[in-house]
Amino acid sequence: MGTLREVACGDTAKVMGISARGSMRKRIMDMGITKGCTVTVRRIAPLGDPMEVTVRGYELSLRKSEAESIEVE
Amino acid sequence: MIRAALAGNPNCGKTTLFNKLTGSSQRVGNWPGVTIDRKEGRIKGADAILVDLPGIYSLSPYSPEEIVSRDFLLDESPDVIVNIVDATNMERNLYLTSQILDVGIPTVVALNMMDAVRKDGGEIDTVKLSSALGCRVVGMSALKGEGIEELIAAITEAAASGKVPEPLRLSEAAEASASRISEVLRGKVPDGQIRWYSVKALERDPLALERTGDLEGEILHIVEEMERETDDDSDSVVASDRYSAVSRAAASSTGKRGASKGRTTSDRIDRIVTDRWLGLPIFAGVMFLVYYISISTIGSWGTDWMNDVFFGEWIIPGMRAWLEGASVDPVLTAFIVDGLIAGFGAVIGFLPQMLVLFVLLVILEDCGYMARIAFVMDRVFRRFGLSGKSFIPVLIGTGCGVPGIMASRTIESERDRRITAMTTTFIPCSAKLPVIALIAGALFGGSALVALASYLVGIAAILMSGIILKKWKSLAGAPSEFIMELPAYHMPGAVTVFRSTLEKTWAFVRKAGTFILLACGLVWFLSTFSWNMVLVEDVNTSMLADMGRALSWMFVPLGWGGDWQFTVGTLTGLLAKENVVGTFGVLFGFSEVSEAGEEIWTMVAAMLTPIAGFSFLLFNLLCAPCFAAIGAMRRELGTWKATGAAVLYQCGLAYAVSLIVFQIGSLAIYGTFGVWTAVSLAVAALLVYLVVSNDPFRMSARRSGEVAC
Repeated sequence: MGTLREVACGDTAKVMGISARGSMRKRIMDMGITKGCTVTVRRIAPLGDPMEVTVRGYELSLRKSEAESIEVE
Repeated sequence: MIRAALAGNPNCGKTTLFNKLTGSSQRVGNWPGVTIDRKEGRIKGADAILVDLPGIYSLSPYSPEEIVSRDFLLDESPDVIVNIVDATNMERNLYLTSQILDVGIPTVVALNMMDAVRKDGGEIDTVKLSSALGCRVVGMSALKGEGIEELIAAITEAAASGKVPEPLRLSEAAEASASRISEVLRGKVPDGQIRWYSVKALERDPLALERTGDLEGEILHIVEEMERETDDDSDSVVASDRYSAVSRAAASSTGKRGASKGRTTSDRIDRIVTDRWLGLPIFAGVMFLVYYISISTIGSWGTDWMNDVFFGEWIIPGMRAWLEGASVDPVLTAFIVDGLIAGFGAVIGFLPQMLVLFVLLVILEDCGYMARIAFVMDRVFRRFGLSGKSFIPVLIGTGCGVPGIMASRTIESERDRRITAMTTTFIPCSAKLPVIALIAGALFGGSALVALASYLVGIAAILMSGIILKKWKSLAGAPSEFIMELPAYHMPGAVTVFRSTLEKTWAFVRKAGTFILLACGLVWFLSTFSWNMVLVEDVNTSMLADMGRALSWMFVPLGWGGDWQFTVGTLTGLLAKENVVGTFGVLFGFSEVSEAGEEIWTMVAAMLTPIAGFSFLLFNLLCAPCFAAIGAMRRELGTWKATGAAVLYQCGLAYAVSLIVFQIGSLAIYGTFGVWTAVSLAVAALLVYLVVSNDPFRMSARRSGEVAC
C-alpha cells in the first residue's frame, strides 16, 4: 500500500482510493482515476515534476503532490 | 427552429465538427460572467441553431467551463444534445456521455475520428454501441467530412421524436439510493431532470444540493446509509460505476484491441520531446522559432510594411495631399490624417504580426505540443502562481505586448490566464527599447547593463505579481490543479488553423479596436490643440503639455518630477512607447530626433542624475502599457472594471518600484535621507509583506464575514 507518487517509472499500480478533497478529488475521478482501475507511470518531466501516467488508454499528466493523494497497491 | 447543443471533451475534434456543421454562419459571443467564447451558428441544410459548449470532461460544478455547460443544459433545455466522442479514446469520452444521458434531453452521439480507428485496423460497431448507450450513434470523421449528412439527419430526427434516452445504470446500491432520493425530490425539481438531480445529489454535488433546499438533510441521510453499506464515499462509488458502465458499453462495440497506433506514435514522440535531457533544449528551440518567425522576421516585416509603407507612404501622404488639394480646412485635415487614420493604423498595423503569431500558436495547440509545454515548464512557473503556458505570452511580449497578451488565451485556468494577461507587459517590448537606449546613452555611457537590468526588473515584476495577485480575492482560490490530458499528437487541419486564426484576430479588432481608436484620438486631440482650441505648432503649448506640468509634482519623489517634459513624455507613451523619445525631441526643440534620441543626450544628462534617469526608465517600463495593449487586456479580462484595476495595479507597482530605486539609490550614492526615503522603505517593506504573507488582503476574514451576513 502506498501512493501513486512512489510508483516507479514503467510500473503499473491498482488504485485503492482517493484521499484528496473538493475539486481536486472530483477532477482526479472525472479523468478516470477511480477505485479499482490500473495506472501506469510513463515518465517524469525534465525538471522532476509533474509526471505522466497512462490511465484508461490515454495519457494524463499530474503533479507529484496530486499523485500523493492517490492510494495504490 | 431546433436548438441543439454541441458537447464534448477538449481535443476530440469539436471545433472542426462545429465548423463543418455550421459553415460560415457563426456568431461568437461570451458566456455570461466569464471570458469563455460562446459560439453559435445555423446547421447547414437544417432549420437548427447549434450552440457550441466549452470543451469539458465532466459536468462537475468546479470549473467555469463546466458550470456554464451545466447551466445551459439544465436551464435553457436545448431540443437535442450532440455529444461528440473521440472513437480512439472511448472510455473517458463516454464518461461525459453517461452524465449527459442523465439530463433528460434527446441525445445524438457523434462518434468522431472513425478514420483513425480504421487506419489502426480497429472497428467499432455503432449499432451495438447505440443499443448499449440507449441513444443514436453516428460514426463519422469531422476532419475528412465523413458522416456529416447522416449526423445532421440524426439531429433533426432526434429533436422531432423528442425521445429522451435511458440513463446508464449504476451499481445496485447506487441505483437504490438514487431512486430513494428521487422520491424525496419529486415535485421539487422539473420531472425530466429528476434523474440528474438524484444522482448529482447522491454524489454530494454542492450546486445540485443547493437547489434541493430544506430537503438536504433527508437526502444526505440516504447518502450516508449507502456509504456505510458500500464502505466508500458516494462520489467515488458513482464515478466508478459510471466508468464501469461506459467501459462495458465500449467493450460491447469493439473487439479486444491493443494500444492504437496513434497512441504508440505519440508515445515515441513524447519519449524525445519530454526527455530528461532533450526536453528543455527542444522547448527552447520551438520557442526560438515562434519568436523568430513572429517577432524577428515574417511577422514584423508584415507589421513594418503596414506601418511604414501602407500607412506611412501610401495612405497618410495620399490622404493628406488629396485633402489639401481639395482645400479642406487644415484642422479637419489634421484630424482625419493624424488623428483618425493614425488611430486606425495603431489597430491594423498589429494585424500582420498577430496573424503570424496566431497561426503558430494554433498549430502548436492543435498538434498537441502546447500541452507538453505546460508539462515541461510547470515546475518553474507554478511557484509564482502562473501556468507553465505563461511562458509564451511573456516571450512574445518581449517583441510586442499586444500579441503577447492575446497569447494568454491558450491558458486553460481562468485565474492563471487573467494574471498572465495583467503582467505580460512588464517585460520590455521592442517599442520600449528606444527609451532604454536613451537613458543608457545619455546617463550610463551606453552600458548594456541598463538593458539587462530592464529585462531582469521586468521578469521580477511578473513573478512577484504572480505571487501577490493570486492572493487577491477574484484571483484567489484553491491552487489550480494540474491534472491535464496529454492529447495524442496529430497533424493540424489547415481549415481549422485558418479559421481559428481569423477568429482570434477578428476578436482583437472587435474588442480592442474601438478603444484604441478613441484613446489615440483623445491623446492626439490633447497634444494638438491649446485650451482655446487653436491648432498648436508643437506639443509644448498643447493641452497635454499643461496637463504634464500640472501632474509633474507627483513624480518629484521619483526623481524626475522637476522637469515637466518627462511627465509629458510618459503621457504620450500611452499612444505607443516609442513616442516617448520622439516627444522629448519636440519638447527640447528638435523637429525630429533619431530613434535613441542622440541629439538630446546632453540635455537629458544635464537634467537627471543617473539614478533619477533609471527611475524614469523603470516607471515607463512598468506603468500602464500603450492603449493598444490596454485594449488587448480588456479583451482578455472581459470587463472595463477588471481592466481598470489591472492598469491601476501596473501604475501602482511602477510608482513603488521607481520610488524605492530612486530613494534608496540616492541614500546609497549621495547619502540623502528625507521623508521620502522613509516612505520608500515603508513601501519596500509592504511589498515584501505582500509577497511573504499568506493572506495579506485578509481574504479569509472577508470570506467568513460574507458567510456571517
